Amino acid sequence: MADADEPMVVDGGDGHNCEWEGRWNHVKKFLERSGPFTHPDFEPSTEALSGFHNIHVVDMDTIDVSNLNRQFLFRGKDVGRPKADVAADFINSRIPGCCVIPHFKKIQDLDETFYRQFHIIVCGLDSVVARRWMNGMLLSLLVYDDGVLDPGSIIPLIDGGTEGFKGNARVILPGMTACIDCTLELYPPQVNFPMCTIASMPRLPEHCIEYARMLLWPKEKPFGDGVVLDGDDPEHIQWVYQRSLERAAEFNITGVTYRLTQGVVKRIIPAVASTNAVIAAACATEVFKIASSAFIPLNNYMVFNDVDGLYTYTFEAERKENCSACSQVPLDMHFSPTSKLQEVLDYLTESASLQMKSPAITATVEGKNKTLYLQSVASIEQRTRPNLSKTLKELGLADRQELAVADVTTPQTMLFRLCFTS
Amino acid sequence: CKDTMAATKASKEQKYDRQLRLWGDHGQETLENAHVCLINATATGTEILKNLVLPGIGAFTIVDGHTVTGEDVGNNFFLSNNSIGKIRAQAATELLQELNSDVSGNFVEESPDKLLDNDPEFFHRFTIVIGVQLPESTCLRLGSVLWSAAVPFLVCKTYGLIGYMRLVVQEHTVIESHPDNALEDLRLDQPFAEFKNHIQSYDLDSMDKKDHSHTPWIIVVAKYLEKWLSEHNGQPPKNYNEKEAFRQCIREGILKNENGVPEDEENFEEAIKNVNTALNPTKVPSAVEDLFNSVQCNDITSQTLSFWVMLRAVKEFVLNEGNGSLPVRGTIPDMIADSQKFINLQNVYRQKAMQDAATVSKHVECLLQSFGKVCKNASFLRVVRCRSLAEEYSVDSVNKDEITSCMDNPDSEMVFYLMLRAVDRFYQQHSRYPGVYNYQVEDDINKLKLCVNNLLQEYSLNVNIKDDYIHEFCRYGAAEPHTVAAFLGGSAAQEAIKIISHQFVPFSNTFIYNAMSQTSATLQL
Repeated sequence: MADADEPMVVDGGDGHNCEWEGRWNHVKKFLERSGPFTHPDFEPSTEALSGFHNIHVVDMDTIDVSNLNRQFLFRGKDVGRPKADVAADFINSRIPGCCVIPHFKKIQDLDETFYRQFHIIVCGLDSVVARRWMNGMLLSLLVYDDGVLDPGSIIPLIDGGTEGFKGNARVILPGMTACIDCTLELYPPQVNFPMCTIASMPRLPEHCIEYARMLLWPKEKPFGDGVVLDGDDPEHIQWVYQRSLERAAEFNITGVTYRLTQGVVKRIIPAVASTNAVIAAACATEVFKIASSAFIPLNNYMVFNDVDGLYTYTFEAERKENCSACSQVPLDMHFSPTSKLQEVLDYLTESASLQMKSPAITATVEGKNKTLYLQSVASIEQRTRPNLSKTLKELGLADRQELAVADVTTPQTMLFRLCFTS
Repeated sequence: CKDTMAATKASKEQKYDRQLRLWGDHGQETLENAHVCLINATATGTEILKNLVLPGIGAFTIVDGHTVTGEDVGNNFFLSNNSIGKIRAQAATELLQELNSDVSGNFVEESPDKLLDNDPEFFHRFTIVIGVQLPESTCLRLGSVLWSAAVPFLVCKTYGLIGYMRLVVQEHTVIESHPDNALEDLRLDQPFAEFKNHIQSYDLDSMDKKDHSHTPWIIVVAKYLEKWLSEHNGQPPKNYNEKEAFRQCIREGILKNENGVPEDEENFEEAIKNVNTALNPTKVPSAVEDLFNSVQCNDITSQTLSFWVMLRAVKEFVLNEGNGSLPVRGTIPDMIADSQKFINLQNVYRQKAMQDAATVSKHVECLLQSFGKVCKNASFLRVVRCRSLAEEYSVDSVNKDEITSCMDNPDSEMVFYLMLRAVDRFYQQHSRYPGVYNYQVEDDINKLKLCVNNLLQEYSLNVNIKDDYIHEFCRYGAAEPHTVAAFLGGSAAQEAIKIISHQFVPFSNTFIYNAMSQTSATLQL
């Protein structure tokens, strides 16, 4: 699935010179006729309605040859070009009257003024972190009047994802239905091999590859000082492959291949055109339903699997009462005053419901804003590292005090309330 | 030439890398040797084909007698408005071909009915035929031709917010089904001799801590099982309580430090965790037993099988090393010559014959390698058999039980199957589908209801179809919305890939997708 974000707008316009007889026949029946299963509030009309005309696409990636087996808007000649640009060009030329505007950026490079303009946001992202960020962004746009959610501030989020022959599509109405973080347990954290296995007790070819990647590369710096292993560089992969073979030979392990090496280094997930087509179609159907207001949208999560026959399962994911993203209640965290800050850090990264990546913790101490620990800037990391082995009491923190936590998984700072246990 | 061949192979490996990780090079080869026939380049048809062209099928042929209308261009990504009035098969072929230059795209501007009249054997050449938006009569005619020719047939239809697929294949074998959660084959209940000896070579009680904590859990369980069997009359733990007790035995085997506190032995924890599945009795899965009992399995003599394997190896030789000729026989008739000259000449033929035999033998080995795959996958071998369309549609063999039991829930997806059948009836009677124009919707509801009742009566189906569904199917006006077509496009293409590659298990035999509720069901009709 293309890593694209497609906020969409229905343009109820007229006067396009790319109309032709019958163009909308397949669509207008659904908008001109009500029926027993349409939305109770739906009022059909025979006014000319056009398709989706203004679509923005956000994608930070460029096209790779391995995308071509499924990403049908791209061709061999486009390899190296930004996906957003090529996709926009293709659609604009194939679909008269459609206006796709590309943004060759990370989703995090755009702010609330950008996202606020859209009626619907569709995501085909390739990481949970990015999904949580978008989720957080849309939650931050919600407006509450006297504690009541203003429905006009809700931007529906339609999210799809695939892996091999499995996929899922979900509809999120921020502030109303289960959000990404409400169901974080549905995305179990990636399992990495234990270091002792890799370092001294390999059994599988994958262990040998991780050995070359994680231990040999930093030690031998085969392409120079400071040169990071680039999974897209065939020379790098070849080096890892050769060293993995040597490692495997030492332990009589078979099965190291170039393909496996690449797969492990790049954490490749197999992908085919068909699964992506199914999930993209399901998402597009939901966009149509929501944009036309003619139907009750999917409520709210569908999984698909066609390994054995075709299997779908549709259910209503429930909101979590104390969801770290959408429950609006500052989360309590319970620690003894003699706990070390490291324990708080571990809780933020290891808890199944939080799964933060590199949280930065700040608090107000003696009236002043104090950064307790921050990882992403080397100088600050060094300066604040000693705090990790200090106790919460030593750091001057008080019971019931608020801690502000920032992390890549959320665009807004999260507030926690520190509750001292005895 | 060899260089460009190598370069093409390398670039294909890169392009197809993500899918090769699912079905392997051998799976990809079956795709590249396949020739798919699509009938009708509607949105559903082109979406299906897109998902076959991208992964690199060898060739496709679109059979379609229609010309492109404005309506067609409105929902079909593979038609443009400059192709209005042109040959639909051709216009679609061009835009589909453009997706992947590895694929060979062809078209025949002809209706399938005409081809069935004049040249039904036209369809015999295909690996699979995919028929889209076909009226009932054409479907049944085509179904009969393809059934006799043993060509797999996949029927697909998008009707309003409903998607429909029907697989028609007499017998489809699957060696590599790639099951998601396969049970392991550990043989702890019936250890073979070499395994027994290997277990014997371990003595847990005399090991140092390092060895003890790094002994594989299979050995740990095997050792404790031996002990248990000797204490329980040769009976393994059977119920929950016994298994719990067995787990406890293993837990007690964890080494303790000098203070009597148990050490951290992860392998023992693994053993305890795996007791349940480890104690599963080894047996032939019932699905495989059924295969063993089938006629096809029992009518082969060992001679028949090796004959065909060896014959195939000879064929491979002829096509490759033999350059069109059989292996050299190696004998020559007697003739006037001195001994040395004759023997030398005879040896030339003999050596070549031996060489050729060795080459044929290599081909046999290659063929047998795929037999190795059968062994590895023996527990997961599957055969899918679908009833013919004739059987489904015949009053004598209609699957009444399946229909009536599903319809116990009047909102089950079965109702959409019945409505599609009713709508086909409507088309037969009125030469059009219900509710295509706004002014028709109201009146057509009653007409369609008559078709529904007529259908139920003909098949003696004692089910009730709610009026809501009849209204809804008129409302659809036989529209083919692109997003529903695209969902089917992905689903059908993958089923076609399963048929072509003989990997993963295809559905059987009817699939219904409801885009309104985003639900689906598989029915056996």
